Amino acid sequence: MSALAARRRTLPGFGLTMGLTLSWLSVIILIPLAGLFLKSLELSPDQFWNILSSRRTLNALRVSFGLAFAAASVNLVMGSIIVWALVRYRFPGRRIFDAIVDVPFALPTAVAGVALTALFAEKGWLGAPLAALGIKVAFTPIGIFVAMIFIGIPFVVRTVQPVLQDLDPEIEEAAGSLGASRGQTIIRVILPSLAPALLTGLALAFARAVGEYGSVIFIAGNLPNVSEIAPLLIVIRLSEFRYADATAIAVVMLIVSFVIIFAVNRLQRWARSRIPAR
Amino acid sequence: MKDKMPVTIEVRNLVKTFGSFKALDGVDLKVDGGELVALLGPSGSGKTTLLRIVAGLDWPDSGEVFISGEDALAQGARERHVGFVFQHYALFRHMTVFENVAFGLRVQPRAVRKDETGIRTRVKELLDLVQLDWLSDRYPSQLSGGQRQRIALARALAIEPRILLLDEPFGALDAKVRKELRKWLRSLHHEINVTSIFVTHDQEEALEVANRVVVMDKGRIEQIGSPDDVYESPATAFVHGFIGESIELPVQIESGVIRLGDRPLRLAADGLTSGASRLFVRRHDMLVGPAGSGAFEGAVQHVRNFGPVQRAEVALSGGETIEIDAPREKELRAGDTIGLNPRRYRIFAG
Repeated sequence: MSALAARRRTLPGFGLTMGLTLSWLSVIILIPLAGLFLKSLELSPDQFWNILSSRRTLNALRVSFGLAFAAASVNLVMGSIIVWALVRYRFPGRRIFDAIVDVPFALPTAVAGVALTALFAEKGWLGAPLAALGIKVAFTPIGIFVAMIFIGIPFVVRTVQPVLQDLDPEIEEAAGSLGASRGQTIIRVILPSLAPALLTGLALAFARAVGEYGSVIFIAGNLPNVSEIAPLLIVIRLSEFRYADATAIAVVMLIVSFVIIFAVNRLQRWARSRIPAR
Repeated sequence: MKDKMPVTIEVRNLVKTFGSFKALDGVDLKVDGGELVALLGPSGSGKTTLLRIVAGLDWPDSGEVFISGEDALAQGARERHVGFVFQHYALFRHMTVFENVAFGLRVQPRAVRKDETGIRTRVKELLDLVQLDWLSDRYPSQLSGGQRQRIALARALAIEPRILLLDEPFGALDAKVRKELRKWLRSLHHEINVTSIFVTHDQEEALEVANRVVVMDKGRIEQIGSPDDVYESPATAFVHGFIGESIELPVQIESGVIRLGDRPLRLAADGLTSGASRLFVRRHDMLVGPAGSGAFEGAVQHVRNFGPVQRAEVALSGGETIEIDAPREKELRAGDTIGLNPRRYRIFAG
């Protein structure tokens, strides 16, 4: 009876799709990652440690992860506000603004980098007034931060938008009629309902910013120890034929990214467990 | 709750339009303290709009709303202290049942807010009242529709509302649960004695639960009365057609004679104005007799049996086809020619 049931699955093709999924993921993701780890094994633990603990490597990692986190946080806040405006209000040009959100997705990152650099250079439209205030953006870590915000914003907006769209305005009315102020409604009702989506958006924007290369290297100035990002350092080591050095840095980036994504994922699952699907 | 005097609600000349659609077209309504009033009407009749305006969730274009004699339009939903129950419950999905009910207590200003023990006691009391104290740690998604609606009601009652407003409270539930909850709502209302208005499009629900029924159509009130009133003596053609199962026939009245098509009916037309009119008879008020004996003549087309009655489709000799409900003791058969005599009927001009 059960054998019959197993043979007569309502949805055929499990074996085929599962096989394709596993082989595809192996070829595209797992084998390259394994290669990365194998390459780094050419180094002795001492060499590995020396590469990592060198001042230049540590600074590059700090710049990449620190600024990526800062940029993702800014995107979380501003992205939420943008989503709110796009979903909850009807205003002229709403659809255009909605489309503009996707521009950082679609634009080649090098183009974005050049555009941002031109804009924020000392003679640029935004760079000049900022320079007058004594703030230098292009060719400093602030430039990296700006580029990371630019490329990360669609991730927050596009993950939170559908969830907010699904959020029934009636629950806000219910909160209001129960005596909650607008602030209490946002803090106690709306934000907790959006929490899993917000965390997902944060994680995606962060991951993207950590890995970003194209737009950053134009605006960063790439000064070792100051405005040099880890991916750039990897490229530099590769061009010096120091492949093992490059893979060591890559492995660390991989591990740190993985740990952070994993932590956010746990956090997300915890948040979602408090909002079981309807 | 019980020691407080129930509060009155009064609405004067409310008008509300959405674009070119007139949702409310001059509505006046007075609800006495402690009443349980049903707003009954088809969809688009303005009943929900009226309820939302009283709650402060919508604002009228013109008109006045008084709750307990105070001008309610000067206050927002938050200040009105009104319990509102939504058709789709609008429970907070990320909170347990307990926290949902406690919400109204937790957001109170610090000066009047109860302490944690006070909140716990009160929530327990309310969950007991709706008989769901055993669900307090569940999330709304783990409850059935009927349970969700009872929790929504407990949540609305937590703030000790001055009035209770329910928007199609049982509209999303299946027929059996609806019937249970109807009875339960009536006894609950009796227990807490808060002036309540509920919106429904289900006449049976309105007639069974409410002690007064307000029938609405196209943004206007057609009739206000007890369930008996609106059923037994409908004030307008709309009410007659909407409540209870009615036969509606277009008739002509000329010098004291009622005509269906070109055939005069043997019915008194005393005091009726001449012209085109509509004759209403309840299905079960059509008495079946031998051919030639009644006001109407007709041939039976189909007969179906529904429990205690047989429903027969009868083609009248005037050309109209009507459905009647007759008792089962005298079996009707397709092809029979019968006479029909209305036990009671109403004629409305127009």
